[in-house]
Amino acid sequence: MREVDYNTIVDAVARLCMDANYYLGDDVVNVLKQALAKEESETGKDILGQLLKNAEIAKTEKIPICQDCGFAVVFLEMGEDAHVKGNIIKAINDGVKKGYTEGFLRKSIVSDPVKGKNTGDNTPAIVHTSIVPGDKIKITVAPKGGGSENMSEVKMMKPADGIEGVKNFVIDRVTRSSSNPCPPTVIGVGIGGTFEYVAFLAKKALLRDIGQRNPDPFYADVERELLEKINNLGIGPMGLGGRTTALDVFIEVHPRHIASFPVAVNTNCHAARHKSVTL
Amino acid sequence: MAEPIKIKTPLSDEDVQSLKIGDSVLITGKIYTARDAAHKRLIDLIEKGESLPFDIKGQIIYYVGPAPAKPGYVIGPAGPTTSGRCDPYTPVLLSLGLKGMIGKGTRSKEVRGAMEKHKAVYFAATGGAAALIAKNIKAVKIIAYEDLGPEAIRELEVEDFPVIVANDTHGGDLYEEGTKKYRK
Repeated sequence: MREVDYNTIVDAVARLCMDANYYLGDDVVNVLKQALAKEESETGKDILGQLLKNAEIAKTEKIPICQDCGFAVVFLEMGEDAHVKGNIIKAINDGVKKGYTEGFLRKSIVSDPVKGKNTGDNTPAIVHTSIVPGDKIKITVAPKGGGSENMSEVKMMKPADGIEGVKNFVIDRVTRSSSNPCPPTVIGVGIGGTFEYVAFLAKKALLRDIGQRNPDPFYADVERELLEKINNLGIGPMGLGGRTTALDVFIEVHPRHIASFPVAVNTNCHAARHKSVTL
Repeated sequence: MAEPIKIKTPLSDEDVQSLKIGDSVLITGKIYTARDAAHKRLIDLIEKGESLPFDIKGQIIYYVGPAPAKPGYVIGPAGPTTSGRCDPYTPVLLSLGLKGMIGKGTRSKEVRGAMEKHKAVYFAATGGAAALIAKNIKAVKIIAYEDLGPEAIRELEVEDFPVIVANDTHGGDLYEEGTKKYRK
């Protein structure tokens, strides 16, 4: 059993919260440059240029890409032979508090959904834990903005709807989302599992880097087809018309019950924030 | 892209009527921040017949909840939030003389109708370009609802603040027309 210090977790999470908010991924920067070269709309080009300039300012000055610094969604992969001195969930929350306070990140969490006030430190985090072989601890922080999260949906489809039904649902969801999730977006799709698990799959899909296809060639083809169809919708940057509506589409699948066919779409903004560390 | 049009707040009917969808505009002067939580309080004041924390005539409201300012900065990153959440409150403010709104995303039929009736424009700012946009904000003063934190009403002094006309006083809607133009 390998021992990991409580404060090692706190400091790592704080760093990830700041880094994810300050530094746009190189994969996103590259795909934005490609999109700018292909964009036909003058307004669209202007907006894509602004996003690239914005990323440069955020990186140089170490300030957030977006004022919505997100809900701190944390994926914890806990090695079965690793142990943290103290409660690891508490350590993660202390890390979020430290990162959002010391990093001048916006605090956007309300303590109770109906009666609550702003908690003032962006806690609690949402923590998804999995136990994995080995003695390492991998932590991924994926701050999630509200505007794009609101354009997400779970649908309990019929098995007979099949892959065509999935495609229609995704296209319909993106069409209805229109300008709201700050296009160009990144689209996470979950297929299978149960009602709650399919939403997790769609969220997990958003951790992939741009261009990273599903290892199953069948789903990789569906990802490519959906991306092309979405970009033919004409929604464009910020929904003001253009060729660049999504930067990528990622599908994650899981076995399902014979009676069920759950499908989830989790919409992300261009920033697609996620940073990881292995301790 | 055509040269941006420069405008100064407060805006007159003539100022807003000259703007058309797709116009690139640079705003200079005072503008006011408010998100839906602050809008709700403004509407409560109006219903009680009390005066608003700022004179709304000819003004622009920016839908934003900025990030905290680092030392040496007047404001943290400050990009637009989704305007639709303010839709239920907007027609009343337009009837009181509000001339412009800055945000992201489409507006309801009711808001678009009220914009045509009361002569007002809706500007789109680039969501996710918050660090860049903040460079055009020169001074900040909280004028109401400090308890709302990022959602407090702030008076911003802006210079050449970059926006695009998304809905004009003539019924034009760039979301609709732009999408139609590029749909395959």
